[in-house]
Amino acid sequence: MTDQVLIPGATEVVGAARPSRGRGMAARIGWGVAGVTAVVVLWELYKFLGPADGVTVGGDGSAGSGVILLPRTHDRAMPHAWDMVARMFAPTSGGDTPPLILSVLQAAGTTLGLAALGWLIGVVVGALLGIAMQRWRLVEAGLLPWIVVSQIVPLIAFAPVVNALGTQIDRSGFPWPQWLSVALIASYLAFFPVAVGMLRGLDAPDALHLDLMRSGSAGWWQTLVHLRLPAAVPHLLPALRLAAASAVVGAVVAEVSIGLRGGIGRMLIQLAGQASSDPAAPWAPTFGTVAMGLVAALGVALIGVALHRFRRGEDTA
Amino acid sequence: MTTTTAVRARGLGKVFPSAGGEVIALTDVDLDIAAGEFVSLIGPSGCGKSTLLRLIADLDTPTGGELTLAGKTARQARLDQDYGIAFQQAGLLPWRTVAANIALPLELHRWPRARREARVAELAALVGLTDFVGRYPDQLSGGMQQRVAIARALAASPRLLLMDEPFGALDEMTRERLQSELARIAAETEATVVFVTHSIPEAVFLSDRVVVMSPRPGRITEVIDTRPGRARDDLLRESPEYFSRVTAVREALHGAPLHRANER
Amino acid sequence: MTAARLPGWVRLLAPLVVGIAGLAAWYAFVASGSAPRMLPDPFAVANEFVERFGLIAEAAGITGTNALVGLVAGSLLAILFAALAATWRPVDGMTAPLVAALAVVPIVALTPIFNTMFGASSQFGRQAVAGIAAFVPVFVNTLRGLRQTRPVQRDFFRATAATGGQTFLRLTLPTALPYLVTGVRVAASLAVISALVAEYFGGPADGIGTAIATYAKSGRASLAWAFVGGGIVIGLVFFLVTSLLERLVVRRLGAGRPPS
Repeated sequence: MTDQVLIPGATEVVGAARPSRGRGMAARIGWGVAGVTAVVVLWELYKFLGPADGVTVGGDGSAGSGVILLPRTHDRAMPHAWDMVARMFAPTSGGDTPPLILSVLQAAGTTLGLAALGWLIGVVVGALLGIAMQRWRLVEAGLLPWIVVSQIVPLIAFAPVVNALGTQIDRSGFPWPQWLSVALIASYLAFFPVAVGMLRGLDAPDALHLDLMRSGSAGWWQTLVHLRLPAAVPHLLPALRLAAASAVVGAVVAEVSIGLRGGIGRMLIQLAGQASSDPAAPWAPTFGTVAMGLVAALGVALIGVALHRFRRGEDTA
Repeated sequence: MTTTTAVRARGLGKVFPSAGGEVIALTDVDLDIAAGEFVSLIGPSGCGKSTLLRLIADLDTPTGGELTLAGKTARQARLDQDYGIAFQQAGLLPWRTVAANIALPLELHRWPRARREARVAELAALVGLTDFVGRYPDQLSGGMQQRVAIARALAASPRLLLMDEPFGALDEMTRERLQSELARIAAETEATVVFVTHSIPEAVFLSDRVVVMSPRPGRITEVIDTRPGRARDDLLRESPEYFSRVTAVREALHGAPLHRANER
Repeated sequence: MTAARLPGWVRLLAPLVVGIAGLAAWYAFVASGSAPRMLPDPFAVANEFVERFGLIAEAAGITGTNALVGLVAGSLLAILFAALAATWRPVDGMTAPLVAALAVVPIVALTPIFNTMFGASSQFGRQAVAGIAAFVPVFVNTLRGLRQTRPVQRDFFRATAATGGQTFLRLTLPTALPYLVTGVRVAASLAVISALVAEYFGGPADGIGTAIATYAKSGRASLAWAFVGGGIVIGLVFFLVTSLLERLVVRRLGAGRPPS
């Protein structure tokens, strides 16, 4: 969930600014396609050359014994790449149902929407928290250690509990739709990196610039708006990207715990359960979740483009 | 061909390809440096002085002309470790002590441990850092780090010492002190030194000859003899002969003599 | 305006105060009776944690082992690929976009597929997911570290006619090592999180995640929370061990040595 390079010793997961995309975009896409092609080629090559029963270590031949190191090459365990694609255009559940790819897109859209809502909530809360921590050192001293800890421990373990809580609240009369649990869990995962990134960014201006503002008798709010916030942009963007990825993961996991209808998480589990009769089907929602992550990253990248004025002079990696 | 020619360049040239066409970093360089001589290369940015040094060090290959070091090719001289080199940044490895940094070339060439340690002690004494051999680079000042770099360059007792603005990042007082030390070390070890610098007083103080270069294209324009009539010490810096030589180099760099007010 | 640094004792006390205040608020809320049943009071949770410690430890062992296997395997593969990418441009070109994509997609979504491929009774799916999650930060950081050697240092090694192997051992590797262990430290937390979350996506009915889901669904609030606590403990252990390793390496090799 992180693509940041850290200076050894840094404690936060959100690291320094990344270089802006620019020249060579076409070349990078070209290499990306080459990479994906290489993976597909490896997959098919293994299917062609690999042992039919895979490689098992320490078993006695009976089903479920030993540790499988390499999968069986049978079409049921490893469908051909073209089968995966073909399956996406076949009907979802036979007969007149729309093609699988449409169902996947619909479900992905639903989940992505919830993730986006969660991201938005998380960003707002995280930003406010970051500003509060920068303003009052005491708040930073009290809260930041807990925030850093929360980035380390698997807080997402709370997802089933939040869902159960939500159900209880709903039953007790206070309306609590299931999708709200999903959005909240997603926002929960998203706000931590934003809080840290915002704090680091707001603290980023050097003494020289702060002295300049002071000499112009700028108050805290003015300094915030005219200096700290713009200076924070290069630190915020990686945080927003991390928050987006976290929100997507949070939404998918929350859906799986909840079993939310119409979400891609539920589709993943459902189709995986039918994998013995329909082996290529689970790959469709899997690709769907991959697409969701990429779209979320693209969204943040667009925000980065919109804010490009504040990213001049960013260090290149 | 005499074996006392430490560096011999004939028609040496270096062209770099670049986005906007070719850059002629160096062209038509003819230079003979005798063994034991101290020669400075001086000139404005882009005149090719660092490029020439890198060609001698076999860190780049020439695109034209020939270059021999005491009769060998530059590559062979590098493989035989006939020279030591020091750069403007000391380039010390931060995880090694001063002693370990000085010993690095010797380790790379598999000197036995006892011999290494003896040589490191000698060199540390030579550059005046005996009390600091256990320290790490980030505990040393810039001047001290450069002294370690010089000691490291001298580790395998090379006949030739190449230096690329080693004192460029230091303050003036440290610079003058290290210049005196370098002059002493060069005299004691009788090494040939090729020294790249931006500073006219530094070049004149240290060298037997100053090679003046100019850019676009990088070439040698003049060679000025600056062999002092006395020892290279602080008194030299205040002598009239020193000032007149500095003037000569300055005028060579500017390309025209300056008129003094009382001569008009 | 530059705020003065708070004194050391405040920086130690403040988070403690916040933590205790949080616990107190939690307890008060539950004690007031207006909290839903799924939110037990902290003492009930602690009680269950102690009583069921055997169960929790067993589940933690499964999840922890999966995370560890993933961390080790992912890190080793990442180091290998980073070395390849640092050496050959085509490898670098192909892996860079793939790794960037991996960093933003929900890797745990691959768990059902892995379970199909490797069998639903195998822990391999969870280990694979943890491994992929660990791969990304270790790869990115190691690759960066391998490129951190400065030209003046590389020139020196060339000028001293050092072989490629010598240059690697004495310059490239020590320069890269601090970045590598930082990557492992980040990867450790991700491996734990991924191993745990993967349990929500199927596979054998063991591990901390499965337990949390089961007990949450069946309404056994305190027990579910106690297992969450177990998960947090695993995360902390992994973090502390890898942080220690990082600190040791950085102290020995990093440029920022403490003054004597």
